[in-house]
Amino acid sequence: MFQQLRTATMVLLVLTVLLGGIYPLVVTVIVQVVFPNQANGSLVRIASRTVGSDLIGQPFSKPGYFWGRLSATGPVPYNAAASTGSNFGPMHPDLKNAAEARIAALGVTESRPVPIPVDLVTASGSGLDPHISPAAAEYQVPRIAAARKMPEDLVRKLVQEHTEGRQFGMLGEPRVHVLRLNLSLDQQQTTK
Amino acid sequence: MTTSGLLQLGLYFAVLLACVRPLGRYMAKVYSGPAPYLERSLGPVERWLYRLCGIAPATEMTWKQYANAVLAFSVVSFVTVYIFQRVQGVLPLNTERLSAVSADSAFNTAISFTTNTNWQGYGGETTMSYLTQMAALTVQNFVSAAAGMAVLIALIRGFIRHSTDTIGNFWVDLIRGTLYILLPLSLVLAVVLVSQGVVQTFDSYREVALLEPAIDAEGHAVTTQRVAVGPAASQIAIKQLGTNGGGFFNVNSAHPLENPTPLANFLELLAILLIPAALCCTFGEMVGDRRQGWAILAAMMVIFVPLLVVTTVVEQAGNPVLTHIGVDRVPSEFQSGGNMEGKETRFGIVNSSLWAVATTAASNGSVNSMHDSFTPLGGLGAMWLMQLGEVVFGGVGSGLYGMLVFAIVAVFLSGLMVGRTPEYLGKKIGAFEMKMASLAILFPCATVLVGTAVAVTAPAGRETIFNSGPHGFSEVLYAFSSAANNNGSAFAGLGANTPFYNGLLGLAMLLGRFCVMLPVLAIAGSLAAKKTVPAGPGTLPTHTTLFVVLLVAVVMVVGALSFFPALALGPIIEHLQLPTTNAGDTSL
Repeated sequence: MFQQLRTATMVLLVLTVLLGGIYPLVVTVIVQVVFPNQANGSLVRIASRTVGSDLIGQPFSKPGYFWGRLSATGPVPYNAAASTGSNFGPMHPDLKNAAEARIAALGVTESRPVPIPVDLVTASGSGLDPHISPAAAEYQVPRIAAARKMPEDLVRKLVQEHTEGRQFGMLGEPRVHVLRLNLSLDQQQTTK
Repeated sequence: MTTSGLLQLGLYFAVLLACVRPLGRYMAKVYSGPAPYLERSLGPVERWLYRLCGIAPATEMTWKQYANAVLAFSVVSFVTVYIFQRVQGVLPLNTERLSAVSADSAFNTAISFTTNTNWQGYGGETTMSYLTQMAALTVQNFVSAAAGMAVLIALIRGFIRHSTDTIGNFWVDLIRGTLYILLPLSLVLAVVLVSQGVVQTFDSYREVALLEPAIDAEGHAVTTQRVAVGPAASQIAIKQLGTNGGGFFNVNSAHPLENPTPLANFLELLAILLIPAALCCTFGEMVGDRRQGWAILAAMMVIFVPLLVVTTVVEQAGNPVLTHIGVDRVPSEFQSGGNMEGKETRFGIVNSSLWAVATTAASNGSVNSMHDSFTPLGGLGAMWLMQLGEVVFGGVGSGLYGMLVFAIVAVFLSGLMVGRTPEYLGKKIGAFEMKMASLAILFPCATVLVGTAVAVTAPAGRETIFNSGPHGFSEVLYAFSSAANNNGSAFAGLGANTPFYNGLLGLAMLLGRFCVMLPVLAIAGSLAAKKTVPAGPGTLPTHTTLFVVLLVAVVMVVGALSFFPALALGPIIEHLQLPTTNAGDTSL
């Protein structure tokens, strides 16, 4: 057994150097050369200012911005240094409360008879989801248009520009990138 | 189910099954001779490793020596991972100045990663330094997987050898599996994942501006967002391939920097089942009868596919509680609908359901959605797949050796029915093999049920349950099902980072790993010593549909009888408590 422990220690030591040192280093060197933007967090820069990560959602609550998914992170929503989901079971009272609060918030600024898309009243798994469904974006178009005094068709056109289909027409779900859409809304008004 | 959903599932199975044969044959060659393509370039490295560690690769081990080597390696690994976490505060590559992990959490995590469970009581980005993630956790992701594969190969040698007392050399199997199978696949997958947006950097967390400042609980304006990054891709690749499942970030593959796009999701999903499925083919190759491998794979698929369909359908049907307050959960071209709590928009219902079923069928345990927020029946499917003993694909190596234990039980049962000594692959199954097989099946079952019972009766166990009622019971049952079967996924509402759960779940993981692995090695040793008997007219052929049905029945009956009462207290009651949907609102 002593002999085995000695061998085990040596094997682990050598494999730690190989798998815990050399392997991640080699991957890092390759991707920092080939995909430097992605490897560093897909940061979005506008005029040398970093305005976000293309993959990480941000919190929005003003009526003039499109709102994303609910986020369960603390102490603020969309805290990208501590990801978490809500972990509410289907009958947890706060699941319903959170959905009702969001519905109320949506209702304050608009009176809509149509049912609200489910992704607009539920929290994402990561709390950092950068997307909403096209249905959830369409639902918010009248509010944005009213708040920004923009024609609805123009807002709809911007939504369409920031809608991604399924990858290769097949994988995943169609989705709207909330941060990019909101950035383009701001840009639209400053250039007008 | 939607057309797009069916297409995506179809594509997944097509690609998975297309990979099984080439990878399976390749792995068979790695363990029984020179590895194709890579032996020339990696051979010198391999021989250098043997010299450095004082290993004589030609020396064979008895099953007891083999078991000792596995245990010795696990002990050393446990101690190393524990120490890394406890002293990370003074070690380099700690950009966020994270302090030492608490003793009980470090204990739990060290067991978790050395047993290939990768249960996580901690949140990655708030707990572990880059060095701990790489040098402690990533390394265990590789070697705990390679150890599982080694034990499987030892069991296969038990079947194909005869009249000998040796079953191979653990160190050689461990190193060859790592070097020729896991490392090359991980390297490729890691680079491809980065192309999709997974991070791989040693820099500190990024500070970016918020477009609209947020207000925190104390009323202060928050104008920036700190984005956690790190050397993630290299760990995520092996986390998926080695059925480990321990995420770099807290929410695992739901995190956009761990699983950014549908393509990344597809590849990570593929990696979950790739090696466990291909090992069935490896098994067939090595025992010299490919049909034996296909029969086992068929049995796995027969259990997997119906549970996948059920989970997808119930998740797509959604949560009736929300329908009652005017929420639209009908799928269309404009939204995936369904039960979206805890799910990401880019994956939708189908990819979240497929992941949940694949990760619990295989003992992977990574998640791309929060299982705690699944509908009761969706959660039940995931829980039951773990409770079956992680034999439907299961862990790399461990899943198939678990399934072969069930195969031994199946031939024994059919032997009883016709009154003949049972044989499997030319070996007579005797009392010793049956005792060991029973131990390997009963230990995890007992650990799940006893552990759950202890936790729900102890105040310390009830204190950190998050959801109330039957769902709270499900959280505890899920935790022990996951730990004792070395899965690692969670109903994450349960506050498991307490001394009580860290200790008890740590123990469950140990029992679940070694109380299966050691009996399996004992079976391997006993079989290797036996003579091979030629198949006679009374031998039950084990490559036929009949045998597949028998095997599936044995797995399901053991799983159903052991766990139905416990499941009735959790997800089944919860399902019955859900409000009924209005007529005409069944949009599946």
